[in-house]
Amino acid sequence: MTITSAAPTTPLVPAAPPAVPEAPADEVTFSIDGIETSAPKGTLVIRAAEQLGIQIPRFCDHPLLAPAGACRQCLVEVWAPGRDGKLAKMPKPQASCTLEVMPGMEVKTQHTSPEADKAQHGVMELLLINHPLDCPVCDKGGECPLQNQAMSNGRASTRFVDVKRTFPKPIAVSTQILLDRERCVLCQRCTRFSEEIAGDTFIDLQKRGANQQIGTFDPAVLGIEGDVPVGAATTDTTGKPFASYFSGNTVQICPVGALTSAAYRFRSRPFDLVSTPGVSEHDSNGSALRIDHRRGVVLRRLSGEDPAVNQEWISDKDRFAFTWQSAPDRLTTPLVRTRNADGTRGPLEPTSWVEALGAAAAGLRAAGAVGVLPGGRLTLEDAYAYGKFARVALGTNDVDGRARPHSDEEEAFLAHRVAGRTLEVTFGDLDRAPAVLLVGLEPEEEAGVLFLRLRQAVVRHKTRVVSVAALASRGVERLSGTLLAAAPGTEAEVLDGIVDGAADELGTTAEALAADGAVILVGERLAGVAGGFTAVLALAERTGARLAWVPRRAGERGAVEAGLLPSLLPGGRQVADGEARVDLAAVWDVDSLPAAPGRSTTQIIAGARDGSLGALVVGGLEPSDLPDPTLVRDALDRVGFLVSLEVRASEVTDRADVVLPVAPPVERSGTFVTWEGRPRPFPQALASHAMPDHRVLDKLADELGVVLGLATLADVHAELDQLGGWDGARVAAPAVTADEPPAVAPGTAVLATWHQLLDAGRLQTGEPHLAGTAKRAVARVSAATAAAAGVADGGALAVSTDAGTITLPAAVTDMPDHVVWLPTNAPGSAVRDTLHADAGDVVRIAAGSSEVV
Amino acid sequence: MATTLAPVLTAHWDADRSWTLETYEAGGGYRGLRRALNMQAPDVVTMVKDSGLRGRGGAGFPTGMKWGFLPAPDGGPRYLVVNADESEPGTCKDIPLMMASPQHLIEGVIITSYAIGCHHAFIYVRGEVLHVYRRLLRAVEEARAAGYVGSDILGSGYDLEITVHAGAGAYICGEETALLDSLEGLRGQPRLKPPFPAVAGLYARPTVVNNVESIASVPGIVVGGADWFKQMGTERSTGHGLFSLSGHVTNPGQYEAPLGITLRELLEMAGGMRGGRALKFWTPGGSSTPIFTAEHLDVPLDYESVGAAGSMLGTRALQIFDETTSVVRAVTRWTEFYKHESCGKCTPCREGTFWLAQVLQRIERGQGTSADIDLLLDLCDNILGRAFCALGDGATSPITSAVQYFREEFEAGCHTPADVLFPPERSALFDYRPRSGAQLAGAH
Repeated sequence: MTITSAAPTTPLVPAAPPAVPEAPADEVTFSIDGIETSAPKGTLVIRAAEQLGIQIPRFCDHPLLAPAGACRQCLVEVWAPGRDGKLAKMPKPQASCTLEVMPGMEVKTQHTSPEADKAQHGVMELLLINHPLDCPVCDKGGECPLQNQAMSNGRASTRFVDVKRTFPKPIAVSTQILLDRERCVLCQRCTRFSEEIAGDTFIDLQKRGANQQIGTFDPAVLGIEGDVPVGAATTDTTGKPFASYFSGNTVQICPVGALTSAAYRFRSRPFDLVSTPGVSEHDSNGSALRIDHRRGVVLRRLSGEDPAVNQEWISDKDRFAFTWQSAPDRLTTPLVRTRNADGTRGPLEPTSWVEALGAAAAGLRAAGAVGVLPGGRLTLEDAYAYGKFARVALGTNDVDGRARPHSDEEEAFLAHRVAGRTLEVTFGDLDRAPAVLLVGLEPEEEAGVLFLRLRQAVVRHKTRVVSVAALASRGVERLSGTLLAAAPGTEAEVLDGIVDGAADELGTTAEALAADGAVILVGERLAGVAGGFTAVLALAERTGARLAWVPRRAGERGAVEAGLLPSLLPGGRQVADGEARVDLAAVWDVDSLPAAPGRSTTQIIAGARDGSLGALVVGGLEPSDLPDPTLVRDALDRVGFLVSLEVRASEVTDRADVVLPVAPPVERSGTFVTWEGRPRPFPQALASHAMPDHRVLDKLADELGVVLGLATLADVHAELDQLGGWDGARVAAPAVTADEPPAVAPGTAVLATWHQLLDAGRLQTGEPHLAGTAKRAVARVSAATAAAAGVADGGALAVSTDAGTITLPAAVTDMPDHVVWLPTNAPGSAVRDTLHADAGDVVRIAAGSSEVV
Repeated sequence: MATTLAPVLTAHWDADRSWTLETYEAGGGYRGLRRALNMQAPDVVTMVKDSGLRGRGGAGFPTGMKWGFLPAPDGGPRYLVVNADESEPGTCKDIPLMMASPQHLIEGVIITSYAIGCHHAFIYVRGEVLHVYRRLLRAVEEARAAGYVGSDILGSGYDLEITVHAGAGAYICGEETALLDSLEGLRGQPRLKPPFPAVAGLYARPTVVNNVESIASVPGIVVGGADWFKQMGTERSTGHGLFSLSGHVTNPGQYEAPLGITLRELLEMAGGMRGGRALKFWTPGGSSTPIFTAEHLDVPLDYESVGAAGSMLGTRALQIFDETTSVVRAVTRWTEFYKHESCGKCTPCREGTFWLAQVLQRIERGQGTSADIDLLLDLCDNILGRAFCALGDGATSPITSAVQYFREEFEAGCHTPADVLFPPERSALFDYRPRSGAQLAGAH
């Protein structure tokens, strides 16, 4: 962030300090191509050569995967001191991707060793004999390691005049991932990624010799078609149906064109693409992206490299879900709605910015009290602008960025423990954490890259993962996690039970959390549990474990830092603190700030319904994100005046009086803040006339006669830097007593629910290939609960409330009795919309009337 | 002085029901175990070290030294794995041994396990030889019933379990690390070394992997002593070994003799070449060892002498080919085997054998080109020493050695099919009408 003020304090969200290189281990001195160098013990020769700028060709080698030594492309000549201390040539050329540096070793690469050069040419020629020379139609052509290295380290022409091995093309590994086996050089990067990183062994080597191939566990490929077992057929190595959220990474690391994505296949040539760095808008990890676009159209997204955040991996949602930004329902011009003579809403009409801003300002001025619901996907700059707009232009604290189930306890927790305390727990801390407790958080579903980082810690450092949840998801299983089973609503009770000396897992978890570096990761869903955050804070206090809040959406942490809560101002300042208000008023150059605590999202909705709020300003918010969408729709219908800032037409714009279009991330620059509190600035990728929210709010404030001074990013950053953090008083920790769990009558169960990574979300529209890789929606119940409801495994289970019914196939799962789990927003399972219920509510369960697919 | 046979492992193969425990004990079996259990385990290791026994699976690594590589006991398990995945073309010693006298192996397993501190030994036997698998299962059952296997063996307080595991038919699983992966239930492909099996082998625990014949030789050493064993063989290649004569020889079979015997001596015992024909070429140790010709008849068959003559003692699988045989044809068949059995892990072996087979098939059809022989040699050079494991190296040996000794036959492959130069019916013992060359050409 640019620092422009004369006496800068710490910026509001300071950047992470540069990584401190670990104290070098034992250094080993050796030489490569006659250049003497040194590297830490254990360094691979191929890495050491990279440090010297010597590129050794390779295929199977990948810095984040375990060495394989399979492709043999990186052979080098090695001289090593023997027992007598004399330098002797190793009899065979060595694979530099598996060989660790040794003191006194002399490595000769293809640049200085004719033997290494011939070995590399020989391997390259062999790799090409069965590779089709279809580069002109191959997606990888132009950015292909095989193509490039065949030119740099291969023969000019082949001596192979015989018959190539061929395969029918391509195999659809999933609706998204396609496999052209004849292009494959069998480096095993994809299978190693699946096994080592994601833990989804959905593809593996099959057959052998030149017939060896990467394959799915498809009976047709295995040649066992016809012999189908009577029971359910298995489809992957673990015997479970394949579903991976990380499969796109295999396309990116494939060194040839064997793995391609259905979304990008045959769409463009790499040399026509312009690449812009980006940051994913899909979750709170802030994964680095590379956005590839051509003539104003984004064609694909790849993972960017950031060792501190996402390493080189992103989830399939980060990678493939981007067409929402250019969906046909994109708003391009401001719209103003005329009111009919009887006061009912007429149609929306396109209009000029001047007219729209004028209409919005007039409506807001006339409305009296105004509530602001900015939504959870904002950049830091936009969130800050919303907060300042509410407090300065509208003179209210009725602003709440939480577009999801929330509570006052959560607000107190965020203000007390999260706001202004950035980078206290980072991705890097998870690497070395001896134990991680997950509370109300499914990392794989709610924060994909965080899951990969946790899994890396589990695999490499045996980190112990414990999850407090209703069931052990497949993600938790792949983290070798332990489940502390908690029926929804009883999480606080379980957390309170984690004390030294407690029986079973509770006691060992307490012990593990007491170890230095242990971490508690708490998800946003704990807001639905009375006493949950109170219990988490007490547990952290009791064990000394570090605590981090991991929300789902990209804007949540930034909103907390920017003070998008009714009782919170930027940087952890509290509304109730006069000193903090004075401090902020000085920066904002206003006489005073509203002192009365504002209303929460629920209260703002209620206020809009009962008329105590005359108008609403709404950002990216979906009614169905809130616990009772019907109430929200009703509030939007009833409110006197509604201003919507949106990218696409939505249920809010359908009801709005003024619609002000704003730019999606790809058409603007800004900063997301990760769950760690790390600022993730990103540049604008596409040229666009669309304006970011902060600029629109600045103009709207102008129209209201208030100068916000937030027209440009530079303005916002200057103010954020001037404002800085706050070392004054904090909000007190919440102290809420847990509710008694509700009684569960026969025929009912307690609802457990969370979002799946791929579901019916608005940011995933227009991607059928991606949608095909989502997990099939099922209703999970224990065997006893299923039996009581009279439903067999796989049979239809109807879950209902007075509002409606969701019918899904039952999946009998090892979980507490009298609990039913549903995906929150899967196709066919819109829990909030259909049931008006959330986790912890009691729902009715019964056998479904018809078999569902 | 002509070398004579030295039947130790084969001593009682001709006894009635030689595979039973009863017969084995009648022939002096399990004396070795009793003696070993009265010794300190390290002393058993020392005795095997002193005997000079070298691995009989091909590489010839000193067996006792291999056992000595195990790290000091740390309280965790350590394993003995017997490599009984005999699959090399021409190699046929372990399977007859396990058929005829499985208790030799079982006793060796128990003594070795005791010596290295292992309480669970595995025998990984080639899956195709079902009969042998059954014999081994029965042998373990009998040994258990007799108190040689299980807990508190012969009152010594020593416990041992033996698991006999059948492979699923892959040559690569004879490579020790691929065997370990296969035994663990994974795809059989060689592992990256280091770590070596002695440090992190089966289930990442210290593991000794030994050939069947090596282990079966242990009881004899314990009974007879290191000096008895060293009396046989040469100074650095001590002891007895099974020599498997196959091919164009009058009496093919297993000849157990001291190492250092020559093929000339063995041929004499085997009744000479079949039909009195002349010897053309032979393998000293299976198809992966460079071939020899008649000029090597007097090379002592010990590790050093065979090595010095340009080949390897290997598994002492002496495949004998007479003058009616096309070397091109024989080498092509072997290469097709390597192509079929390449595990696919590394590029040189996977792609190289695929290519070599096509070039050789072309030469066999008489459709080779003048560049093909150089191509063959260059491809072999690009595979040898570049592959992940030794099996890729082995695939090149028959080709380079055959070109070395019989280059003119490969050159003839540029114009004349091999079955014209060497009509197959001339090699037949019976009236044989071969298919026409054209049919043959398309057979693969």
